[in-house]
Amino acid sequence: MGLMDVLLIVIPSSLLFAAPLIFTALGGNFSERAGVVNIGLEGLMVMGAFSSIVFNLTFADSLGAWTPWISLLVAMVVGAVFSILHAVASITFRADQTVSGVAINLLAAGLAMFLVKLIYDGKGQTGTIRYSFKKIDIPVLKDIPVIGDLFFSNTYWTSYLAIIVAIIAWYVMYKTPFGLRLRSVGEHPMAADTMGINVTKMRYIAVILSGAFGGIGGGVFAQSITNDFTHATISGQGFMALAALIFGKWNPLGAMGAAIFFGFAQSLSIVGSSLPFLENIPNVYLLIAPYVLTIIALTGFIGRADAPKASGVPYIKGSR
Amino acid sequence: MSNTIKKISIPIISVLLGVIVGTIIMFATGYNPGDAYTALWNGAFGEIYFTGEVVRQITPLILAGLAVAFAFRTGLFNIGVEGQLIVGWLAAVWVGIAFDLPKIIHLPLAVLAAAAAGALWAFVPGFLKARFRVHEVIVSIMMNYIALHVSNYLIRNVLTDKADRTETIPPSASLRSEFLASITDYSRLHWGILIAVGCAILMWVILEKTVKGYELKAVGFNQKASQYAGMNVNRNIILSMVISGAFAGLAGAMEGLGTFEYVSNKGGFTGVGFDGIAVALLGANGPLGIVLAACLFGFLKVGALNMPLEAGVPNEMVDIIIALIVFFVASSYMIRLFLDRLSKNKSKKGEK
Repeated sequence: MGLMDVLLIVIPSSLLFAAPLIFTALGGNFSERAGVVNIGLEGLMVMGAFSSIVFNLTFADSLGAWTPWISLLVAMVVGAVFSILHAVASITFRADQTVSGVAINLLAAGLAMFLVKLIYDGKGQTGTIRYSFKKIDIPVLKDIPVIGDLFFSNTYWTSYLAIIVAIIAWYVMYKTPFGLRLRSVGEHPMAADTMGINVTKMRYIAVILSGAFGGIGGGVFAQSITNDFTHATISGQGFMALAALIFGKWNPLGAMGAAIFFGFAQSLSIVGSSLPFLENIPNVYLLIAPYVLTIIALTGFIGRADAPKASGVPYIKGSR
Repeated sequence: MSNTIKKISIPIISVLLGVIVGTIIMFATGYNPGDAYTALWNGAFGEIYFTGEVVRQITPLILAGLAVAFAFRTGLFNIGVEGQLIVGWLAAVWVGIAFDLPKIIHLPLAVLAAAAAGALWAFVPGFLKARFRVHEVIVSIMMNYIALHVSNYLIRNVLTDKADRTETIPPSASLRSEFLASITDYSRLHWGILIAVGCAILMWVILEKTVKGYELKAVGFNQKASQYAGMNVNRNIILSMVISGAFAGLAGAMEGLGTFEYVSNKGGFTGVGFDGIAVALLGANGPLGIVLAACLFGFLKVGALNMPLEAGVPNEMVDIIIALIVFFVASSYMIRLFLDRLSKNKSKKGEK
């Protein structure tokens, strides 16, 4: 097996695993940049995965090939609505944001399984969806020699959508007035408030955006990787997205890069045993790599990662 | 309204609100809440066997709650209890199957190994917080996943030969007791409950009766003031995490030496560590409150298993209620505001 063959396996599967991480990490990025820590990304992904699969199964007959995309929109809406709970608790009720995030995770896991059992007569898992995101060759681009084979054939639309959305998110966050306001609310809410920015409103928007993106992340994961929903469908992807966000230093493009790298590690841990050189390395190293690297990044060995200053602190008007 | 009453009423109101919303959800989804709660009660107290299982479930919940609360008192959020529990579980069973010793040495050794493993796992976020000011929440989340994957790897490749679970530990390392099993119709109840209650008392003694405990709490209230008063803030941060991790490791020992008597490959987390956050919150981070909260959650968790059988209600209903309780406790600002208004109205009426 030559290098080219290895890359032909590894690159598409890295991008496949990266897509849900990119979406979810972008969601976390909006929320944390506005000063609201979101440990609940995992739970938001659970709700996205659950709602997309249920919608997909229910409407597959009438919607045909478009089903996964419309299901993805449903996942987005469900994620956004669900995240309002986190927003209300952590912004209006001044709850500890980490605790509220934990509650989101507990609630999502319980609620999704409860509803699955309600809808499917007590069964603990859904059926397998018929219309999932399919492997495609991107027209025109796939004809480019070498690069076309490596990056543009046997791949998924969702991976490219994720990368494009990451670039848009970066533009929004760093090049628009909205992005400036969002970041200022997370760095110094009092200063932002005196400049006439509505801190509460900005934070609500940011958290709801994180819910929408988290929902999409879950929907992409469920509809391209697992193709059904059980209690184990989302097991740690939300936290890995959080790790990607931090490893990417709270920057959309950085988060995207980190997510692709983590996707690479995840895909290696799965296909690694069939590859030369890697078959003798225990895959535990690949499994823990994203987490170890994040800890190292935080301690400053790979350039220090600093969180937005006001993240985790509820804003109370008039207090210093 | 006095502060003590307010302190007690917040968790009680939160539990009531959680149950009320849970009931509404059951009505909305067409289940019968009355049947569900009857099944819940019967599943916990209907037979002595179930009650034994409730106490068995309370044991790790107390320890996980103590772990979260101990760190909280020093101003740290140990969300890594889950990972510390997993390494504690692994260490306890490892010592259990690796040595052949008399019970008087073997059992304490296995229990201490669990505490040491948990403490070591919590040392990492504590040290990084103290030395590099890295947020302990993120590091402990990452440590959870590292614990999960590393323990799975060790079970498959070191403790066994590609098997999914280890052999059962010998009786010399087990917390199980013939006596406790026989009085509860052969449930998995074990002596660990004594360790758990002992740790709750230990936490009270450390925090309320020792100088070190005073320092730990002072650091939790105000790091700068503690530093100014001559306390070593960094050392207290690390110590708090280490003690917290030791409690979490003991929770793992309860599962490894008592409930299961082996350790198996895990597809995901046990959930006990995250439930510990709920227990600590509801128990207001005090030892007595934690024991009471653990009793409530132990009752709910075990009783829930009967709900699908007797009432046809999915047992996840209880997870929803627990999550709602966490929400309401976390949002206690609202409840406090409401109570303040209530007491103000009363005092106005009194003036008239």
